[in-house]
Amino acid sequence: MLEVLKQIDYSPFLLTFKLAIITTLFLFLIGLPIAYFLAYSKFRLKSAIEAAVALPLVLPPSVLGFYLLLITSKNGFLGKLWQEYFGHQLAFHFEGIVLASIIFSFPFMVHPLTAGFRSINKSLIEASYTLGKSKLETVFRVILPNMKPAILTGITLSFAHTIGEFGVVLMVGGSIEGETKVVSIAIYDAVEKIDYTTAHVYSAILFGISFFVLLVVYMLNKRFEVR
Amino acid sequence: MIVVRVKKELIGPKGKFNLEVDFKVEKGEFLTIFGRSGSGKTTILRMIAGLEKPDEGYIEFDGKVYFDSSKKINIPPQKRNVGFVFQNYALFPNMTVFENVAFALDKKKKENIEKVEEVLKLVELYNLKDRYPSSLSGGQQQRVALARAIIKNPDILLLDEPLSALDYSIRIRLQDELKKIHKMFNLTTLLVSHDKPEVFKLSDRVIYLEDGKIRKVGTPREVFIGKSISGKFSFYGTVLDIRKSDTVKIVTVDINGNLVEVITTTEDLNIGDEVLVGAKAFNPIIKKIN
Repeated sequence: MLEVLKQIDYSPFLLTFKLAIITTLFLFLIGLPIAYFLAYSKFRLKSAIEAAVALPLVLPPSVLGFYLLLITSKNGFLGKLWQEYFGHQLAFHFEGIVLASIIFSFPFMVHPLTAGFRSINKSLIEASYTLGKSKLETVFRVILPNMKPAILTGITLSFAHTIGEFGVVLMVGGSIEGETKVVSIAIYDAVEKIDYTTAHVYSAILFGISFFVLLVVYMLNKRFEVR
Repeated sequence: MIVVRVKKELIGPKGKFNLEVDFKVEKGEFLTIFGRSGSGKTTILRMIAGLEKPDEGYIEFDGKVYFDSSKKINIPPQKRNVGFVFQNYALFPNMTVFENVAFALDKKKKENIEKVEEVLKLVELYNLKDRYPSSLSGGQQQRVALARAIIKNPDILLLDEPLSALDYSIRIRLQDELKKIHKMFNLTTLLVSHDKPEVFKLSDRVIYLEDGKIRKVGTPREVFIGKSISGKFSFYGTVLDIRKSDTVKIVTVDINGNLVEVITTTEDLNIGDEVLVGAKAFNPIIKKIN
């Protein structure tokens, strides 16, 4: 049994976590200002932006993947730019699946953050303003510290969702060993090759990790609530 | 001196109405805006603090123009030196009592730490300085909010019904404290309230606001009692109960916690009405109670 486990190639996991960590980091940085805008702005076309943010929730991953492939390939405008600056196209490379994951997991970061911003009592923000603090300082010293559960939810959901994604990564990244072959795709490959042992091990680990991540979120959220 | 001359369209319980006020607050004065909820009184405070923008008008603090619609001047709240105490206190849940008050000051300088401690001692909160707001009682939270609002020596202290959520006895104590602090710092104070006893106790002057317009201005006595009653023996109270007895009604009135029964023939009296209970034809006696 141990022998079998030792023979399995675990590199897809490394790649998956690298992808999930980088994606989550970028999503958090991009998601914060967008969520802030969605929560507080009175901009008339806000609904259109909200719809665009939520789009990945309803679009089939293949549709998203198809469009992203067009944009990121050698002839796509992003792919072309990338080729000029970095010497290779975006599609079928790690950077490409990072971009795809960011777009695909977007609502999973932005929705909890928006809800978090909205949950902050308006008078807390106004109190900070009357005490002479700028909007930026208010965000970092008053708003964010009081929406920790929302931040945690956003980060974990994006992380877990990125680990679990399949369709978009397959379309944009293909299945290139060590570059774009993440665990979910590796499982698919293994099944195709009738290598059920590998598929079993990969699936069990992924199952365990997903449950553990969610467990941590719910436990931490409970602690925040108590205080 | 603070000059306020503003107009703003508001939506109240009876639909749209125009808030249109013009008044001045003298230095060191305790001025109260009195009115029913929905009369626009909180909006006035918010416009002075810069949290809401008047449709048009002019706001000036000791010669500094904070708002002038004709010149398109609108100084943001951060740059207006006001202390604002919100109805729900608006304490930061992620900070201790000490941190809440220190938040008003710049960075942690040594003299600032001393200053925070001094203010906390003044409002009798020093022992609770490391507690979080959620573990404090309503009255304690209120005192933290007050300490936070006054620590920067604001040009004006704006109080938005700060005591309305508190129990009667705590309210009385905090009224005394407000008065003490007002006197101690000679702090120009603008209070919004719908509680007549409170207005009487605290204010030098009252603005009576109704449907967005100033109806009366003057001392509490002038505004509330006026010349409608000739006797001097009168109290404000709230109707708790009305019983019919033959042709008259027996009304139970709560006057600052004392219940009295009054016989009346007045027709349009309802439970919850604010009333003036007075007598003209006899001499009241006053006896000291030990």
